[in-house]
Amino acid sequence: MTIDNAESEGQGVGAEAEAVIAQPGKEPRHIWRMVAIWLVLSAVLDPLYYILVGPHVPPGTMTSAAKDNQFDFNILLVAALPVFLAVWVYLAYSAVMWRASRKGAPEPVGGAQARTHLGVQVGWIVTTTVIVLGLFAFGTVEVITKAGSGGGEGPNPIWTPTSATVLPVQVIAQQWKFTYRYPTFGGFETQQLIVPNNTTIAFHVTSLDVIHGFWAYQLSIKADANPQQDNVAYATTRQTGSVTVRCEELCGLWHGAMFNYGQVVSKAAFVAWAKSTEASAAANTKLLPPFAYTYVPDANGSAGGYYPDNVDPYSNSEVYGAKPASS
Amino acid sequence: MTVTAERETEVVYPHPTPPVLGGFQGLPQRPGWLSQHLGTAAIGAVLGYLLGHWLGNVVASGYTNIANSGVNAVAITGGLLLGVFGWLLGIGALNYPLAKMVGLEPRPDYESTSWTRYLRYTVDHKVVGLQYVIGVLAFLFTGGLLAMGIRTELLSPSSHLFGPGTYIAIVSEHGTIMMMMATSVIVGPLGNWLVPLMIGARRTAFPRVEAFSFWIFTAGYLVILSALFYGGFPTGWTGYAPLQTQAGGGMMSYLVGFAVIGIGMMAAGFNLAVTIINYRAPGMTWSRIPIFVWSILATCALLTLATPTLVAAGFFGILDHTAQTAFFVTEHGGSSFLWENLFWFFGHPEVYIMALPGFGIVFEILPVFTRKPLFAYKVAAAGMVGVALLSFFVWQHHLFQSGINPDMRPLFMLTTELISIPTGFIYLVGLGTLYKAKIKFEVPMLFALALFFNFLIGGMTGVFLSDVPVNVTVHGSFFVLAHFHYTIMGGLIFAFFGGLYYWLPKMTGKTMNKKLGQIHFWIMFIFFNLTFFPMFLIGLLGQPRRVFEYAQNLQALNDFSSVSAFILGASFLVFVANFVWSIFIKPTPAPANPWDSLGLEWQTPTPVPYYNFERIPVVLSDPYHYSEENAPAVADLGEEGVLVAAGASSPASVVEESRPAAE
Repeated sequence: MTIDNAESEGQGVGAEAEAVIAQPGKEPRHIWRMVAIWLVLSAVLDPLYYILVGPHVPPGTMTSAAKDNQFDFNILLVAALPVFLAVWVYLAYSAVMWRASRKGAPEPVGGAQARTHLGVQVGWIVTTTVIVLGLFAFGTVEVITKAGSGGGEGPNPIWTPTSATVLPVQVIAQQWKFTYRYPTFGGFETQQLIVPNNTTIAFHVTSLDVIHGFWAYQLSIKADANPQQDNVAYATTRQTGSVTVRCEELCGLWHGAMFNYGQVVSKAAFVAWAKSTEASAAANTKLLPPFAYTYVPDANGSAGGYYPDNVDPYSNSEVYGAKPASS
Repeated sequence: MTVTAERETEVVYPHPTPPVLGGFQGLPQRPGWLSQHLGTAAIGAVLGYLLGHWLGNVVASGYTNIANSGVNAVAITGGLLLGVFGWLLGIGALNYPLAKMVGLEPRPDYESTSWTRYLRYTVDHKVVGLQYVIGVLAFLFTGGLLAMGIRTELLSPSSHLFGPGTYIAIVSEHGTIMMMMATSVIVGPLGNWLVPLMIGARRTAFPRVEAFSFWIFTAGYLVILSALFYGGFPTGWTGYAPLQTQAGGGMMSYLVGFAVIGIGMMAAGFNLAVTIINYRAPGMTWSRIPIFVWSILATCALLTLATPTLVAAGFFGILDHTAQTAFFVTEHGGSSFLWENLFWFFGHPEVYIMALPGFGIVFEILPVFTRKPLFAYKVAAAGMVGVALLSFFVWQHHLFQSGINPDMRPLFMLTTELISIPTGFIYLVGLGTLYKAKIKFEVPMLFALALFFNFLIGGMTGVFLSDVPVNVTVHGSFFVLAHFHYTIMGGLIFAFFGGLYYWLPKMTGKTMNKKLGQIHFWIMFIFFNLTFFPMFLIGLLGQPRRVFEYAQNLQALNDFSSVSAFILGASFLVFVANFVWSIFIKPTPAPANPWDSLGLEWQTPTPVPYYNFERIPVVLSDPYHYSEENAPAVADLGEEGVLVAAGASSPASVVEESRPAAE
C-alpha cells in the first residue's frame, strides 16, 4: 500500500523540473498542473463524500459502536481519497503527456538527476511517516476511548464503557446456530436476540465447538466465539430496530446458513419481554447447566452434550441437557 | 572501480568450454522412454500411495479419527506421504542422494536437447524455469475454474447449484490452490530462470535442490487435488483448528499438501538466496544487481524463515488427526489460538512472498519502456527489505476480533500501518520513473502500469483493515476478500503476466502476438476491477466470506460480480490461445533483445546456451543507464565487447571498440 502526497512531491520534483526547464523555457510546469488538478478534485470530492455518502455508510448509527465505527471509516476514506486521486492523476497525466506516440514529446533525460533526488525522497518518506503515525494515533484513541469499538476484547476487557449499568448478554455459538442467555434474568436461553434501547450491553461470546464469529451487523459488534473462551464486546444502543446476526468465521458445512435476527426494543418492552420469558422458560432453564462464562464440551464425546466449566467433566450426573429435572 | 581494476578480479577459465557440474566430464544423453520421466513418477506415486495406505491400515486397523466416519486418517496420511516419496523416487529426484548414501557413484547428470527434457528431472535452471511456468499455470487455471464454480453458486442468494458441502469444498480448494500457487508463481518460473542470468552466473547454487523444489511443488499440487476425492475439506485455506480437528479425509490432503509445498518453498528459497549471495559475477555489487534480484532475495528470506512455521503447524495438525495428540483440542489442554497464531505467523510473511516479486518485475519493465533509469534504486531495495523485515511483526492483525491479546491491538495496528511506509517506496520509485518519460505502451508495460492502479486500491484498503475500529466493520466480510484479491491478483498475477509477456521471447525464443496480448490485457484489467470492486460494497453491506446464502438485497451486486468474473476467466483463454499460437502453431523467432534492454539476461544468444555465458561477464555498473549522454559501460561481455547504452533513448549496444585492453 502506499501513502502518496502530491504536495510534497510537488515541491520536490517541481524544483527539479524548474532546474531542467531553466534553459529551454518551453516545457510546461507538469507538477504544478498535476497539483492543481489534484487540489480541485480533492476539494470537490472529499466534502461531497463526507456530506452525501458518509451518513449512509454501514453499519449505520443504531449503537454507539456503530456510530463511532462509521465515523472512523469516513475519516479514513476522507484521508485516503486524496491519496487515491494523487496517484491516479499522476498516472493519467503521465499516460497522456509522456506517451511515446505524442507529437513533440521531448526525449527523456537520463543521468544522475533522473536516478535520484534527495528532496523528493526525503519529502516522500517524511510525509508517509507522518500520515501513518497520525492514523495510528487516531485509531488508538478511538479504540481506547470507545470501549473497544464493539470488537471482541477477550475475557478481561481493559477498555470498558463508563456507564454504571451494563446488561450482560451471553452469546453461545455452536454448529450452526446462535443462542442467547440473559444471566440477570435467571439465565434463561432464547434463540432471538432482544436488547433494550439506550442501554450499554456487554456481549459475552463463547462457543461450544469450533471457532465461530458473532457479527451483529447493525450493532457493529464483532467477536470471535472460541471454545472455552469468554470474549467480551460492548455497545450502547441508541435506536430501536431490527438486527441481523451472522457468523463470520468459517465454521463448517452450514456456515452460510448460520444467521438469525434480533431486535432493539424500548427499555419497558425489553423488561416486560424478559420477565415473561423468564417465567415461561423456567422449566427449560432448570434443565440447562448453571450459567457460566464458558462451557466445556463432553470429554467422552459420546453423549453429545456439554458440561459447565465448574463441573468435573468425568462425572456422569451433569451432562448438559440430560440433567434430571428434579435436581 | 575502474574497468581495468574490475577485470583483474574476474575469474578466467582456462578453456572456452565451461566447467561441468559436479565434476562430471561430458553430458551423456539419456536413453529414451525407458529412463525416468513423468510417467515413472506417476507410477511411483500410485505405488507409493497404495503401499502407504496399506501400511496405515496395518498399523491402525479399524481406527476412525471421527466416530463412525469410516475415515482412517492414518491410512490416508501414510498413502499421501509415501505417494509423494514415490513421485520423487519415480522422477529421479532421489537418485543422487540415495546413491551417495549407499556409497555408489551417482549416475552423471545429463543434458538433452530433446523436448522430452521438460518431462524429466533436470538440473538446468532454464528448463526448471519453463517447467515451473507450465506448473503454475496449471495451478492457476485449476484454482480459476473453482472460482468460476463459486461465482456460479453466488448468482442466487437462496437457490443452490451445489449443496453446502460441495460449495465449501470448492471454496476451500480454490483458496488453498491459489495460495500454494501464488507462493511460487514468480520465484519458481521467473526467479529460477532469470536470477542466474541476471547476476551473470552459469547456474544456481544447488541445481538439484532447484529441480527438487519443482517436483515437490507438483507433488503438492496432486496432494491438494486429492482432497476432492476425499470429499474436500470445510476449513477454507486458513484451516482454523477446532474445525480442522473435526474434519475428515480431505483435511489430511490439506495438511500434507501444505507441509509438502512448504518443503518445496524452503528449498526454492534457500537455493536462490545462496545463488544471489555467492554466485554474482565479478563487479556485480549489491548496488548493481538488477532490482528484480533484490525482490527475489527479500522473498527468499521470507520463504526460508516463515515457511518452517507452516510445516510445523501442519505436522501438529497431522499428529492431532493420526496420533491423538491435542495441540489444537481445547478440552484436552490444547488451544484453538495455537493454530491461528502459527498459521498467521507464516501467513502474513507469505502475503509479502506474494507481493515483493511482483514489484521486482514491474521495476524491470518500467525503465525499459520509459527509456529512463529506475528512479531511486536504493529506496526500492530498502522498501523491499523493509517490507520483508516488518512482515514478521504484524500477524496478529488477523486476530483483532478473536479475543486474544486485546491490549496488544494498538501495537499490531502500528506495525501493520508502518509497513505502508516501505510499501509506499514502491510508488515513489514507480511514479518517479514515469516522470518525463517516453512511455511505450507495449503489453508488458500495460500490465506493469495496471499493478500500480490495482495495488493502490488493495493497499489502501489494507489500511482500513489495519485500523482496529474500522476492522470491526469489515473483518471477515467480502471487504477482506476484495482487498486481498486486489493485492494478490491485481498485484502479483498482473505482474506475473507482464513478466511472461516480457521474458517469454527470451525464454522460448518466440515472439508473443501483440494484438492478442493487448486483448488479453484489456479484458483482464477491466473485468478484474468489475469483479472485485463490487465486493468492497458487498462486504460493507454485511456479507461474510465463504457463505452460500446471502441477503436478497445483495443479489444485484453479486450477480454483477459473477458475470464479470466469468468474462475475467475467459480472458485467460485469450492468453492460452496466444501462448499456443505464438509458440507452437505459428512461431515467429524473437530477436535476442527485442525490447532494447540493458539487462544482462538479454545479452545472451537465443536460445540461451546451457552454460548461459561463454565467458562470465564483468559488471561495470547497474543496467539502468537509459537515455544518458556518455553513459558508463554496463558490462564487459568478453569476446563480444562491452555493453553500453549508446545515447539518449537509443538501444543498448555492444561496442567492440570501447573494450579496454586487458592488462
